Amino acid sequence: MRFLVFAEHHEDGIVKNALGVLGKAAALGDADAVIVGAGADLAAQLGRHGAKAVYVAAGDDALSTPLPQPRVDVLAQLAPDYDAVLFGQSVLAADVAGGLAARLDAGLNWDLVDLELQGDELVGKRPALQDSVYVDVGWTSSPRLALFRSGSFDPQESGGEAETHEVSVELRDFSTRTKMLEQAHAEAEGKSIEDADVIVAGGRGLGSPDNFTLAEELAKALGGAVGATRAVVDAGWYPYSAQIGQTGKTVSPKLYVALGISGAIQHKVGMQGSGTIVAINKDANAPIFEFSDLGVVGDVHEIVPKLTELVQARRS
Amino acid sequence: MRIAVCVKHVPEGPSRIDPSTKRLDRAGEGALNHFDANAVEEALRLKGDSDSEVVAVSLGPEKALDSLRKALAMGADRVVLVSDDAAAGSDLVATSRLLAAALERQEADLVLFGQQAADADGAVLWAAVAERLGRPVISQAMELAVDGESVRVKRQTEFGYDTIEASLPAVVAVSDAINEPRYPSLKGIMGAKKKPQDVLTLADLGLDGAEAGEAGSGTTVLALGEPPSRGDARKIEGDSNAAQAIVDFLAEKRLL
Ligand SMILES: Cc1cc2nc3c(=O)[nH]c(=O)nc-3n(C[C@H](O)[C@H](O)[C@H](O)COP(=O)(O)OP(=O)(O)OC[C@H]3O[C@@H](n4cnc5c(N)ncnc54)[C@H](O)[C@@H]3O)c2cc1C
Ligand SMILES: Nc1ncnc2c1ncn2[C@@H]1O[C@H](COP(=O)(O)O)[C@@H](O)[C@H]1O
Repeated sequence: MRFLVFAEHHEDGIVKNALGVLGKAAALGDADAVIVGAGADLAAQLGRHGAKAVYVAAGDDALSTPLPQPRVDVLAQLAPDYDAVLFGQSVLAADVAGGLAARLDAGLNWDLVDLELQGDELVGKRPALQDSVYVDVGWTSSPRLALFRSGSFDPQESGGEAETHEVSVELRDFSTRTKMLEQAHAEAEGKSIEDADVIVAGGRGLGSPDNFTLAEELAKALGGAVGATRAVVDAGWYPYSAQIGQTGKTVSPKLYVALGISGAIQHKVGMQGSGTIVAINKDANAPIFEFSDLGVVGDVHEIVPKLTELVQARRS
Repeated sequence: MRIAVCVKHVPEGPSRIDPSTKRLDRAGEGALNHFDANAVEEALRLKGDSDSEVVAVSLGPEKALDSLRKALAMGADRVVLVSDDAAAGSDLVATSRLLAAALERQEADLVLFGQQAADADGAVLWAAVAERLGRPVISQAMELAVDGESVRVKRQTEFGYDTIEASLPAVVAVSDAINEPRYPSLKGIMGAKKKPQDVLTLADLGLDGAEAGEAGSGTTVLALGEPPSRGDARKIEGDSNAAQAIVDFLAEKRLL
């Protein structure tokens, strides 16, 4: 099997999800990688992680900012020579993979957590329906496109060296009609939550920014830090530095308490490594209950103040 | 300006995959994908009091008209449903083909998508549709502004916040933090019945069966299995004893 891996980069390195996927590809067959918009200096890192050949497309200005459509133009040139094209989940990678699927009429399976060769067929493993069922998925077209859930594979260094090839690309007209005006500025710095043993995280179910005091007081009583979902961070209820999930932090405290959080997969990937997960949500069907050790169906406004009091009493 | 909004009718409550067809069981009650209510709201906000037109577009079974009527009740001007037995089981490749064919006819200046389909969690469809329409695309918009010829978006990625601009016509997928969707008013609900509701078949779109459903798809479901067990996961209901039950649980786990 010949694999092509989309080697997304940020600043001066290849992102971890892409390196993890590359390692998986190299374990299953021959793996090549493609870098768009950066120099060949990143090729060495890809070689060490199992890439045999690295294609570098960097000539055009339109390739320098991380926008998806010029990347589809690059991948569409290379992909037909491969059995499969693999992506590690990210905002950028999902948009590239979706565009490529349409360009090539090639099937895309997303949210995979593993990939296997069964005989000479590729089989993807995917948790579906809020992770309540695991599905084996396949492809009926070529090249097979796959997008892997964040954190599916740890990067493996095998110590190889890759040969690099420059590729030149012809951009579609519509691929150049999007402009990055400002890129990747962080907002509202705050205390890091990555080392906390206990995290009390709040979601939209808290109802208003003021109600974050419920999370703060419980966190204080438990000796922990406060986390948040993207929905409340983007709504301005809590700082970005506290966000947990795909586009935020990945945490693994001993105890994770989720208040009014639905448990979308993009949130789950940032906290599923927690030791014990307790969730309070008033919707008995909320996805978060699929991966909680203790699920409490109820109203955070009723339960949390009492809980905080009981914890304080016990600790004093 | 004309704004098209892609909305999906998704199963309500706990969903299951039918073991015989290996497809999502869509027989039960359904509702407008709640992430798409944000997209409808944003279209209505952009329209404001202007004479812009908002058209909601969906691919799904006849019953999807219920969700489209909710969009009408919120304030959309008309709806288009692509519905055809041959389209059942369409994956990303097929769905994007059918939706793009339906959107092509709307000649919208802006096509909006929701953040993700609650039953599929793909968060990719807009990219495939934009490709087929040959239009620029921006995803995860948490703020959106249109000025004459272009659309400007602020959005979050793994590395922080981006500001991106695209020329119209364009495709934008909005995040669930972009706004608070309105509830349909009684007047809105009554008025919805009188607004145009087009139902199109594949033939109406000039497509044939081989381009839709499983025949037109590039992926397949091979087998269903159980997720790995989480051991002794527990669930309790009710507010009155919940706080004490949580404390007992934490004590038992030696977390207090
Ligand atoms: C590319 C991409 C990246 C993303 N990255 C992230 C990320 O990094 N982190 C992240 O968190 N999300 C991320 N998301 C968003 C994610 O999909 C969800 O939209 C988000 O996590 C939802 O946040 P929430 O749970 O706070 O809100 P909601 O989904 O609105 O859930 C609120 C919950 O609160 C419950 N509730 C309401 N009132 C009460 C009450 N009084 N008492 C108890 N419960 C109540 C409701 O039943 C509901 O389940 C991303 C999405 C995409 C597409
Ligand atoms: N069958 C459908 N008909 C119309 N729009 C859809 C359909 N499926 C998905 N969408 C749109 O695409 C977005 C992303 O869906 P997905 O990529 O499937 O998670 C949704 O929020 C909707 O706006």
